[in-house]
Amino acid sequence: MGSRKSCAGSAAPAVMMAIVILALVGSTLYFHIAKTWWFPPAITPVGHRIDHQFLITFIVTGIVFVLAQLTLAWMVFKYRDHGQKVRFVRGSHMLEVVWTSATLVIFVSLGVMAAHAWGEVHFGGPAPGALQVEVTGAQFVWTFRYPGPDHKFGRVIPKDIDASIGNPLGLDPNDPAGKDDIVVPDMYLPVNRTIELMIRSQDVIHSFFVRELRIKQDAVPGLVIPIHFTVTKIGDYEITCNQLCGLGHYHMHAMLHVLSDAGFHQWEQKQEALNAQ
Amino acid sequence: MSSHASPVHHSEAPKGWLRHYIFSLDHKIIGTQYILLGLSAVTIGVILSIMMRIHLAWPNAHIWGFSNGVVSPEDYLRVITMHGTLMVFFVLTTVPQSGFGNYFLPLQIGAPDMAFPRINMLSFWFTFVALIVLLSSAFVRGGAPISGWTAYAPLSAIGQIAGPGEGLGQTLWVISIALFCGASLMSAINFLGTTIDLRTKGLSLMRMPLTVWAWFITACVALMAFAVLLAACILLLLDRLAMTSFFIPSGEMVSGVLLKHAGGSPLLWQHLFWFFGHPEVYIAILPGMGIISHVLSTFSRKPVFGYKAMVLSLSVIGFMSFMVWGHHMFVSGMSPYSGLAFSILTLVIGVPSAIKTFNWLGTLWGARIQFTAAMLFAIGFVSVFVTGGLSGIFLAQPALDLYLHDTYYVIGHFHLIMGVAAIFAMFAATYYWFPKMFGRMMSETLGKIHFWMTFVGIYCIFMPMHYLGYAGDPRRYASIESVHYLFRLQPVYVFISIAAFITAAAQLFFYFNFFWSIKHGKPAEQNPWHATTLEWSVPTPVPHDNFAGHYPTVYRGPYEYSVPGVADDFVPQDLAPELVAKAG
Repeated sequence: MGSRKSCAGSAAPAVMMAIVILALVGSTLYFHIAKTWWFPPAITPVGHRIDHQFLITFIVTGIVFVLAQLTLAWMVFKYRDHGQKVRFVRGSHMLEVVWTSATLVIFVSLGVMAAHAWGEVHFGGPAPGALQVEVTGAQFVWTFRYPGPDHKFGRVIPKDIDASIGNPLGLDPNDPAGKDDIVVPDMYLPVNRTIELMIRSQDVIHSFFVRELRIKQDAVPGLVIPIHFTVTKIGDYEITCNQLCGLGHYHMHAMLHVLSDAGFHQWEQKQEALNAQ
Repeated sequence: MSSHASPVHHSEAPKGWLRHYIFSLDHKIIGTQYILLGLSAVTIGVILSIMMRIHLAWPNAHIWGFSNGVVSPEDYLRVITMHGTLMVFFVLTTVPQSGFGNYFLPLQIGAPDMAFPRINMLSFWFTFVALIVLLSSAFVRGGAPISGWTAYAPLSAIGQIAGPGEGLGQTLWVISIALFCGASLMSAINFLGTTIDLRTKGLSLMRMPLTVWAWFITACVALMAFAVLLAACILLLLDRLAMTSFFIPSGEMVSGVLLKHAGGSPLLWQHLFWFFGHPEVYIAILPGMGIISHVLSTFSRKPVFGYKAMVLSLSVIGFMSFMVWGHHMFVSGMSPYSGLAFSILTLVIGVPSAIKTFNWLGTLWGARIQFTAAMLFAIGFVSVFVTGGLSGIFLAQPALDLYLHDTYYVIGHFHLIMGVAAIFAMFAATYYWFPKMFGRMMSETLGKIHFWMTFVGIYCIFMPMHYLGYAGDPRRYASIESVHYLFRLQPVYVFISIAAFITAAAQLFFYFNFFWSIKHGKPAEQNPWHATTLEWSVPTPVPHDNFAGHYPTVYRGPYEYSVPGVADDFVPQDLAPELVAKAG
């Protein structure tokens, strides 16, 4: 097709483009504001901070998104070929400097702001007196271990791992520190107390994720990875695996039960009694 | 071409079907071979994604090709692994660079062929064998691997015991990727040598079309990235076959068996893989950026806005692409301080991408836009690139990645920015260059139907995936049956699947248009788009040695459209200044 013949009917694609882009922008804004599919409420202070950072990022990128898409639609409509003269321009040094520095400042500022929440999760250690819980991933189950009354985890030996005889973690029978360890398939935590998880894996990489905690951490064989948080809301939450670990990846699931202080104490005593039998 | 006696040497096409079409040394044939290989791979890749979508939306549906028609969890993982591997390596890496680059780099720089035609042929045949080896993994005992296209160790390293497909299937996968690395390394050397050495008289660096710049920078990136992946593949192969422990730590208890490996690091695989893997994203998209700049300028009838900024941003992206791999590993157990550094670097690499977007909008500003199918895909590219780019700003912040990592949000993000954007660039390139490749025009009407269905379709597929991510839906789940909070997402799965079927069906318009037009399209003029670069200065079909021994001289930059005081609205690069007709 020749460059002159294309004028006829060129409004149709321009209008169509504007309609599609408006629908995109409209639906995107709608689903973000109506929160049709959304994060469940956060249950940790750091979770709220992360949500706040998400909101800031959404506002900033949302403005850029709407402006960029609408500008595109507007330009496509306005400059469709209706026989007009082209504005011959090779560029603008000033504009390049302006939009380069503006995006640099905006992007890096977002990164610096987000660093606080990240630092809260990972840079400092937990407060003294935190409850330690060991989280172990294996194809395709989670196992949780508490140190028991002696506050010490017993030694584990890989060759002793045998879930069929009730030793899924390979606790060394000769280590006295392990006698009182509580080993359970679901996680129980007290509310309003600092928790430190020690995340491990026995075989391949898994990933511990609880939506309400806003925390995800891979469980890597050969490493013990600590994370810490404080839960402020009693309730039951789902734990999933988020790193492809084999054919049962999708059903590697456990529950997190957050109990009142008294409820947790009661649960602990019951487990200790079971251990003593 | 051979009708006039010329004192200049020029070569004849080899006689014989096998030498001409199969073991060809001609960059145009090799480029076409790559494009057809990519077309085959993308066809299989799309069929696999249709299987995924049927299974996810209707888990009990019977699908042909699976035992008893039932997609087992391991089948699902085989399908995602093959889908990802085919698409990333054999489509996104192959077509924009090796396919279109091979065909049009020599033409755009006024060269008779690539610098090393035999290495070029070897690269293609390595790629072909790599594809065959990959596909063969589906037919061996245990079937195709289940470890995803990222093949994280130890899952991918410890053999059959890790799960079905982790035996011979995974070994073939690693061999295939290693062969592909070899092909890409040879190809990169060829692109670099050609661009540096074979540019015609007057074609200085800053007169090169942005496509040539993009292919050049991509080759630089590929040379370093694939070298590292090749090394990683060899180490993985040794872990699998020679009992080494590069990626396997001690004390691995798998399915009741204590492994004898000791001392390796699973994170080492991730570092090596993503040191390749992130540059790979740019290997897939940089040629697309070049093509989009090229097409936008042609059909805007305007020079590319900020040519120098475009060259500079391509270079900065290429350079920085090696500094951001850690953003794939925020939750991997890597040092959180490294995470912070990678986060800031990742946000910084967003800047040159933003610069490109602004300059594309600048190119449209004050233009006279012609809505060809190629141009529509170029405009669609800009929209998709903005959308996919901005979701990257969320993922670049480790605090937000803590939630969004490995959810459907990531799938939505990278499919838009890497998959769809690059595919749109390939479509734009096909509609744009088809007349030069086959001497005929594609149907614009079919092209436009194809565009609108695809453009609306991909947004309907990938935008809802972001919302699934907000709801915490983990990727690579064969079923949502075990997680209560996923139950209510089922309608979204159905919606995405229907959108995917319609979008896939829209591609039939493309297939038909492509193959029908090769024989029956309207015959094309030499320069149907009134474009300026050298590929349009040669006759159609292009002579065997491109310029028939008469190499053009380049007098100006690549995007001289609507120059004030000139009669035509385009000035070809090789038109001597005294021949440029003055306006009025």
